[in-house]
Amino acid sequence: MLNIKNLQVTVEGNQILKGIDLHVNAGEVHAIMGPNGSGKSTLARALAGHPQYEVTAGEATFDGKDLLDLDPDERAREGVFMAFQYPVEIAGVNNAYFLKAAVNAKRKHQGLPELDAMEFMQLIKEKSKLLDIDQSMLSRAVNEGFSGGEKKRNEIFQMALLEPRLAILDETDSGLDIDALKLVAAGVNAMRSPQRAIIVVTHYQRLLDYIVPDYVHVLTGGRIVKSGGKELALELEKKGYGWIESGAQPVGAS
Amino acid sequence: MSTSTQTIEELATREYKYGFVTEVETETIPKGLSEDVIRLISEKKNEPEWLLEWRLKAYRMWLTMKEPTWQNVKYDPINYQDIVYYSAPKKKKALNSMDEVDPEVRATFNKLGIPLEEQMLLAGVAVDAVFDSVSVATTFKETLKKQGIIFMSFSEAVREHPDLVKKYLGSVVPHTDNFFAALNSAVFSDGSFVYVPKGVRCPMELSTYFRINAKDTGQFERTLIIAEEGSYVSYLEGCTAPMRDENQLHAAVVELVAHNDATIKYSTIQNWYPGDKDGKGGIYNFVTKRGLCAGRGSKITWTQVETGSAITWKYPGCILQGDNSIGEFYSVATTNNWQQADTGTKMIHLGKNTRSTIVSKGISAGHGQNTYRGMVRVGKNAKNARNYSQCDSLLIGDKCGAHTFPYLEIRNTSARVEHEASTSKIGEDQIFYCRQRGLSTEDAVNLIVSGFCREVFRELPMEFAVEAQKLLSISLEGSVG
Repeated sequence: MLNIKNLQVTVEGNQILKGIDLHVNAGEVHAIMGPNGSGKSTLARALAGHPQYEVTAGEATFDGKDLLDLDPDERAREGVFMAFQYPVEIAGVNNAYFLKAAVNAKRKHQGLPELDAMEFMQLIKEKSKLLDIDQSMLSRAVNEGFSGGEKKRNEIFQMALLEPRLAILDETDSGLDIDALKLVAAGVNAMRSPQRAIIVVTHYQRLLDYIVPDYVHVLTGGRIVKSGGKELALELEKKGYGWIESGAQPVGAS
Repeated sequence: MSTSTQTIEELATREYKYGFVTEVETETIPKGLSEDVIRLISEKKNEPEWLLEWRLKAYRMWLTMKEPTWQNVKYDPINYQDIVYYSAPKKKKALNSMDEVDPEVRATFNKLGIPLEEQMLLAGVAVDAVFDSVSVATTFKETLKKQGIIFMSFSEAVREHPDLVKKYLGSVVPHTDNFFAALNSAVFSDGSFVYVPKGVRCPMELSTYFRINAKDTGQFERTLIIAEEGSYVSYLEGCTAPMRDENQLHAAVVELVAHNDATIKYSTIQNWYPGDKDGKGGIYNFVTKRGLCAGRGSKITWTQVETGSAITWKYPGCILQGDNSIGEFYSVATTNNWQQADTGTKMIHLGKNTRSTIVSKGISAGHGQNTYRGMVRVGKNAKNARNYSQCDSLLIGDKCGAHTFPYLEIRNTSARVEHEASTSKIGEDQIFYCRQRGLSTEDAVNLIVSGFCREVFRELPMEFAVEAQKLLSISLEGSVG
C-alpha cells in the first residue's frame, strides 16, 4: 500500500530525514519509535504533505500513485489521514460542521452523494460511542477549549468518521492519562482491518501495550536503523535508545 | 513562500464578479457643483422651497469646510467639480408594479442574483430598489400601508410626508456635522424613508439595494428611519456596483431615530467595486451613519459587512440619549489587494444606565489596510453606563496591515468600559489541518474566515447572513457559493 524509498526531507534548510525506506501493507500496524528529534514527526508530516516539509530526494507511492505529487488535501481525499500531535484550534467553527465538511469533501471525491445534516448526525451518533464523544464536544468550536485528552479523542473520532486507508498517528499518546490512552487505543483497535494500514509514531512503548504493532521501526538521526516485531519495542523500553544509537552509529547530527 | 500562501494570493486576486454596465437611457446633468446645480437638482425633483433652502445652506457651509485628513487612508485629491451630481434613469411614466420596471434594470438585478420577484415571493422582503439616484420600484408598500408603515423613496416622502421629513431631516446628522455630510445635504439625490408608527412591529425585513451605475456619477443617498414608541423595524441595505476605471465618490447619510422602547436594526452589506488588483479604480465610500436612541429603553443595532470599495470611511454610531437605551455595533470589514478601510463606531452615552456593545472584525489580505477607529464617550450625567468593545483583526499574507484606534472619553466615574483586542494570522497550520481533512485551501480559508466572523454574522437576518458569507468568500478567495 505504502512504499517509501530513500525519502529525504528538509525543514527550513535542515535535513531531517536522510533516506527512509519503508514498506507498509494493508492490514498492518507499524510503529515508528525513536528519541526526540530523530525525525519521527517529520516523517508523518512529510507523508501528509505539510508545506514546510520539503522532500529533496526519494519517492513515496500510495496504492501505486505518486503520493508526493499530490496536494495535502488530495492525499487526504485519497485516504491518507494524520492524527495531529498538536491538533489545531479553529475559533468560531463548529466542530460538527467541520467534520461534516471533511466527510463530504471525501465523499464527493469518491463520487458518493454528500450527507445531509440528518444523515451526518446519524453517522456521528454511531461513531461517537466508540470514543465517548459527547454532544458538547461537537457543538464547540474545533479543538477550542478542548483538554489535551479531548483533542486526541477528537482526532481519532475524525479518523473513525473519515475511514482512511492509511492512518498515521503522530504521538497520539502524548499528554494522555492512562484512561484516555486506553480509550484512544480502543478506538484505534476498533478500526484495525485487513483493508487499512496504520502507522503509529510514538516515543514510548506505553501506547504499544494497547495498540499492538505488527512491526516496530527505530528511527534515529533521520534513518531507520532497526526494524523488528513487537518485541523490539519492549527491548527498547528496557535498554533505552542509547542502546540502538551506540550500535547503529548514526551519521552526523543535522 | 509556501504553496498555500501563494494559492491564497492567487485566489485573492480574482476579478470583481459584478463588473458590467447596464445600458439604460440616463438623464444626466453636466459635471460640477454650484448653487445653480443644486437648484437644478431640486427643480428636477420638484422639491418644495424649504428643502432647496436647506440644501443651499448646507452647500454654503460645505464651501467653508475642509476635507478631513485624520483618517488612516491615502488617496489622490478629489476634484469636486469633476463629478456629476445627478443622474436618473429616464422614466416615461409612474410605475404601478414591478412589471413596469425597465427590463434592463431588472436584468441587472438578476445578474446580481437578487431577482426582485423571487425576493417578493420567497423571502417576503419589500424592496425599495434604488437604481442610481431615483427609486425605480417600491414593493409591498400596500401591505405595509395597512399597518401605517411608510416605506418609500426619499423623494416621495418629501412630497407625501413633508412634515415628517422636515421634522427629522438633519436631526441626527446635521449638515454641519462633517465635510461629507454637508456635501450630501447639499446634493443628495434619493434614498429611503421609513416611518413605523407607535406599537407596530414591522412584519418584514425592509430592504434596499443600492447600485451605482451611470458613469462618473457620485451617489449621495439619504436615508431616514423613524421608529415611534414601542415599534420595531429591521432594515437591510445591500450594495454592488459595476466595474469602472474612474474612482467614484459615494457619500451617503443615514439617520435613525428610535423613540421610547423602539428598536431599529440596520444591516448593511457593502460590496462596491474595490478597484482592480493593482489598486486602479474603485469606489470611495465616505458615509455618515448615526442613530439617535431618543427615548427611554430604545435600541439601535448596526450590523455591517464591508467587503467592497477602494476606500471605506464609515463610523455608524449611536447617541444613547434615552435612559436605559442600548446601542450595538457589529462589523466585519475586509480589505484585499489595495483596499483601505478606516471604519468603526461612536457610542455616545448621555442617558443613565445606557449600554453599548461593539464587536469589530477586521480582515486584511493582499496589500489591504484595515483600521478600526472607535469612540466610546460617557457624558457626565450618564450614570451606570456600560460598554463592551471587542476588536479582532485577522491577517492573510504578510503585506497587509491592521490598525486599532480606540478612543475613550469617560466623564462619569460609575461607568464600566471594557476593551478587548486581538490580532491573529490565518496560520499555515490551520490551513494544513483543514487540508489534511480533505478541504481545499479555498474552503479552508472560507471556513476559518467565517468562524472568525461568526459573532457578527449571527446578528444578520438569515438570508443576509448567507449572502454575507458568499461575498466574503468572493472578495477573499473565490468560488464557494
